[in-house]
Amino acid sequence: MSLVELLKKDFRFQEGLNACINCGTCTAICPAARFYNYDPRIIVDTVQRGNEDDILALLESDTIWFCGECLSCKTRCPRNNTPGYIVQSLRNLSQELGYFTKSEKGRQQLDVKRIVGETMIKYGYCVFLDDIDLDGHPEQGPVWQWYRDNAGSILKRLGANYKGDGSGTMRKISDEDLKELQRIFEVTGATKRFEDIEKYCNGESIPKPDEV
Amino acid sequence: MKIEGKQRLWDEYQKDIADDHYYFARSCIRQNFFPGSEIAFLKILRDYLHKDVYDDSHQTTCTGIAYHSALIPFETTRAVVARQFSLMNQAGYKNFVPSCVTSFGVYSEVIETWKNFPDALDQSRQQLREATSREFSFPENIAHTSDIIYKYRQEIAAQAKYKLTDKNTGEPLKVVEHIGCHYAKMFPQKGIGGAEFPYVLTGMIESWGGKIIDYPERRHCCGFGFRNYIIKENRGYCLSNSKIKFDSMEPYKPDFIVANCPGCTYFLDRWQYVIAEMTGKTYGNDGYGIPVLTYEEMAGLVLGMDPWDLGMQLHQVSVEPLLDKMRIEYDPSKKHSGYLNEDIGKPGKPENLRI
Repeated sequence: MSLVELLKKDFRFQEGLNACINCGTCTAICPAARFYNYDPRIIVDTVQRGNEDDILALLESDTIWFCGECLSCKTRCPRNNTPGYIVQSLRNLSQELGYFTKSEKGRQQLDVKRIVGETMIKYGYCVFLDDIDLDGHPEQGPVWQWYRDNAGSILKRLGANYKGDGSGTMRKISDEDLKELQRIFEVTGATKRFEDIEKYCNGESIPKPDEV
Repeated sequence: MKIEGKQRLWDEYQKDIADDHYYFARSCIRQNFFPGSEIAFLKILRDYLHKDVYDDSHQTTCTGIAYHSALIPFETTRAVVARQFSLMNQAGYKNFVPSCVTSFGVYSEVIETWKNFPDALDQSRQQLREATSREFSFPENIAHTSDIIYKYRQEIAAQAKYKLTDKNTGEPLKVVEHIGCHYAKMFPQKGIGGAEFPYVLTGMIESWGGKIIDYPERRHCCGFGFRNYIIKENRGYCLSNSKIKFDSMEPYKPDFIVANCPGCTYFLDRWQYVIAEMTGKTYGNDGYGIPVLTYEEMAGLVLGMDPWDLGMQLHQVSVEPLLDKMRIEYDPSKKHSGYLNEDIGKPGKPENLRI
């Protein structure tokens, strides 16, 4: 199956690409284009032209990892394309096939998996106070250190249920609920995605384009 | 354009918001960074507006941050959303109220996908069944927590102890409102006022006596960018985008910023600290920053709640300049007290940002 055919299977790609007129509105309002050497118009044009070599180059590049997924492009495109959705489908395919390991920005997915992925498995939330320290997040400032040092007392004062059973702010998610989340991850491909990221970053060979 | 045409356009961007009996969906970011705000939301609804809100103990993350960092496949996010709806069904509720703007975008996107791609809905039902033996039905109404506060803004105004005015001058406070991108940029019809002229926070501010600042970068993203923030090496993206906004709003001398997205509130607070420490630049008066509030903190102050019970001591940018302008009664000595009023020390002082 060609890369274009694989992309077309993705709902995000189907919704994201209609007919691009190359006006560049998406690039004009894109926060990533303001700071990176990045141009969403060119990405959309590349997938619209459908050249397999160019799409392979995209899948192996830093380019597809700059987007912040703010989806400002969805609002403004005069032809109802969504470059952000197209980037989502390219990122998915790049990880599925292991091509993300060819770029520096792509390889960062290993950190994303080990930070956000493992936090979700451990706590059932995407982020949790106990695992966010100033070494990793110096921008949090001294107030964060004070909060972390005194989390039990401060959160109790505010009426939270920090790591407690039952409902409330900062509650512990029960083992039973975590198991349901984990089962969903297994059934829907998240667990495989996590394993693939580790596997490809550990040097497992990736398929050549004609083997896809 | 004729008035009737404007009215018709405006009508397209109004939304139905349920009156009562809400199923509350917690936010990963908000409960960590602004724990007092979700607590205040429930308190305002229950104690001031006498509404029924259900706070479930079984919910998990919606996976939004992971989904928008390309870590989680869309199938997974759809099935997790299906489970949240199943929990709502189980609790006997029909009105779903997510507290996070990323989640609000995720729920809206998943529902739109299920409507546009019936195969995706079948797949999600089957996957949820296989993983958890659960079934689900759609909510009758989805509204963000800021929509609910907006809906009852006049009722809150009627109970107000303070107004959004500078008591020293008698003038309305000048407010920057920042709307999280995923509130209306993805689906403008799902946000009050749409993507270009969102009214959800403006409505609250105007009802409570404040005045909106319309500045050039008003609709620019705060710069969260998901994996752009999660990965330390990429964070210049986030900081730079927030700086665009600060530089653009500075000439208008805002008294405070209010945001309806937990990520935006956090970044607009913390990046002011970083800019001050890196460059010496501060955006408020006399070395202070511009206070950044959640809409519950804004509503809570208007209603006369204690700022430290609202958790405003967890901001890196001090809120005292705002409290003093509004002449809110507060006890500075209680700011850093613990649960039993015990001494738990104070946060360290930044070198440049005054606190």
